Amino acid sequence: MEYFEMKAPHPFGRKRRVHERVIETTLFIFALLSILITVGIAVILVRESFLFFSDPAVRLLDFFTGKVWQPMIGLFGFLPLLNATMTTSIIAIILGGPLGLFVAIYLAEYASERTRGILKPTLEVLAGIPTIVYGYFALTFMTPLLRTLFGETNVEIYNTASAGLVIGILILPMIATMAEDALVSVPKELRLASYALGATKIETTCKVIIPAALSGLSATFLLALSRAIGETMIVALAAGAGPKLTANPFKAAETMTGYIVRISGGDVSYNSVDYNSIFALGLVLFVITFTLNLVSRTVSGHFHQEYD
Amino acid sequence: MQRQQSFGTDADITNLMDRRKRIGMIWRAGLLFSTTLAILFLALLLFSVLDSSFGYVALRNEVEVSSLVPGKRAIAELSRQELEAVAKANLSKGILKRVEYEKSLDKRTEHDLEGLLEQYVIKPTVLKTWTLSDSLFRTKAIQEYVEGESRSYLTFTSWIDPQFITNDQSADPLHAGIRTALLGSLWIILITLLFAFPIGVGSAIYLQEYAQENRFNRILQLNIFNLSAVPSIIYGLLGLAIFVRAMESITSGALFTGISDATANGRTILSGGLTLALLVLPIIIINTQEALKAVPATLRMSSYGIGATKWQTIWYQVLPACIDRILTGTILAVSRALGETAPLVIIGASTFISVDPSGIFSKFTTLPIQIYQWSARPQGAYRNIASAAIIVLLVLLMVMNSAAIYIRDTLSKKKRWES
Repeated sequence: MEYFEMKAPHPFGRKRRVHERVIETTLFIFALLSILITVGIAVILVRESFLFFSDPAVRLLDFFTGKVWQPMIGLFGFLPLLNATMTTSIIAIILGGPLGLFVAIYLAEYASERTRGILKPTLEVLAGIPTIVYGYFALTFMTPLLRTLFGETNVEIYNTASAGLVIGILILPMIATMAEDALVSVPKELRLASYALGATKIETTCKVIIPAALSGLSATFLLALSRAIGETMIVALAAGAGPKLTANPFKAAETMTGYIVRISGGDVSYNSVDYNSIFALGLVLFVITFTLNLVSRTVSGHFHQEYD
Repeated sequence: MQRQQSFGTDADITNLMDRRKRIGMIWRAGLLFSTTLAILFLALLLFSVLDSSFGYVALRNEVEVSSLVPGKRAIAELSRQELEAVAKANLSKGILKRVEYEKSLDKRTEHDLEGLLEQYVIKPTVLKTWTLSDSLFRTKAIQEYVEGESRSYLTFTSWIDPQFITNDQSADPLHAGIRTALLGSLWIILITLLFAFPIGVGSAIYLQEYAQENRFNRILQLNIFNLSAVPSIIYGLLGLAIFVRAMESITSGALFTGISDATANGRTILSGGLTLALLVLPIIIINTQEALKAVPATLRMSSYGIGATKWQTIWYQVLPACIDRILTGTILAVSRALGETAPLVIIGASTFISVDPSGIFSKFTTLPIQIYQWSARPQGAYRNIASAAIIVLLVLLMVMNSAAIYIRDTLSKKKRWES
């Protein structure tokens, strides 16, 4: 040790060390920025929500239990918005979930290498189509289709069913590709062992592969649900304006995201209750989706520990 | 006979095997059906867009051509001299002056003059539009409709044409174009790229090359995965609170120029670009990390072995070895930004602007926002131009995706450790 200290430093040595430190620190600050984004989101949403809840017209209990959302007359019950969000998301998962899973099983277990080589990139490209295009599709194709199928008197021009179905189509490629990844990463030994016991392909898939990939698959569904809940442009175009508490998916009802878009799209003055209310809803949305993502992440983490 | 007791007779076994095979077949058919259905949905999506971009339009002119030039029924029948004469005689003084100022009438092309007359004199209004499939298969109903409406006539229109791309925004669907929206989109993704690329790649390098395995760095990593799944609308709220309101003096340009566009306040290209930069940052980080992971450790070791420092190794060896993947990932992230609508609606992109965006402090609208606004209108013709705008957007995205694939294919051939 002492030997090195006695020697004169290498001509580049010191300069290099400083240089390296500066670069590493800069990169570290860049990486910290992502933490700052999360903190920023949390702080902004909480602060503005606090302003919203400290408004005399708003009561915390009414917010979570009230059945009417009408800022005009000072009623802020967010159940109708939550109900519409849940309706569209559940419809989406019912359509996109099983269908996506089946596509994934087909791709992972049945499709030939060539078919898979075509289908998988296609799905990935389709997953990249902007949601506004799906919104247009909901409005100009799905809604008229539903109205011809179920009668124009039963189905309103704007309805949650149309929005939900199209969100289902939107999350389908995402579920398919992620679930396929989960299925493919099940070790080959499990599959071969099952075949050796005389199981058919579908028996292997249902009784061996799917249980083994269950954590990965649940992570996929949670992430898809979070995506469906946060989906904005489809519901903004197709689900209708005006919060309404209804169980009928053929009626118009505004979701949380739809409300946020409608209010911020209009001319709202800062510091009004309306303006603050979108942050309160944003907070609810953020908490729901963040929790789902976190759970999804944890679940899939367990999966990797099992086999790696 | 032992076997028969525990497993049943041979016939039972054959039956069981048949049943199991049948179940397998049914499942297989079901899976194939699901896959076909999924592809069908997505094909329908593209079809519905294309279907609305072309088709018949029923129009009614405010001023008939025959009343301008007796004996002529359509504007295309007029000769150049007639066009010029009609334009001089019928354009109002103000418009004539403006038009002459841009380019004098006798220097304009025939096509140009026809456009002028149509826009300012004849003023056709859209009565009803049909999709391409209707135009092909329901011609009879369309004819009947046109005969039922007085002074109406049919033309077959392609809603997407060069003029659609170069025209300004307009309240009239026949003359509306997407130039301002297209420029807005390009400006926005330029800003997004400028901020998100260096920061994203930098963060990824830190996480992948420098970060030690400890609690803090694990949280950092988990946080990035979480951010990538936060709904885009939340980023809109963040952008609204931070860039539009808190940093208004910077994003409106008031701090730098002293004068600012008072109507824009913080709702400028800079705010929009920064908001989307935050949105795509986690995606760029994750993609870049994947790229860095794929670089073999031997490359780093040999670089250290000849005395290079950590940064020299990263800059001269690791980055060149995976730059193709980094660029591909970045292009895909930017194409996500190009299609984003919700955050920009939240931060308050302008709905109607008459001037092209000229810099980062301009008000803006983007292609997806334009599509949103047109789709939201109940009148049929707006739906048609919305679908035309969607085609432009999809073509842009396709070009970007092809660029990504091209980069991946050409640059990856040069990888040193694979040859």
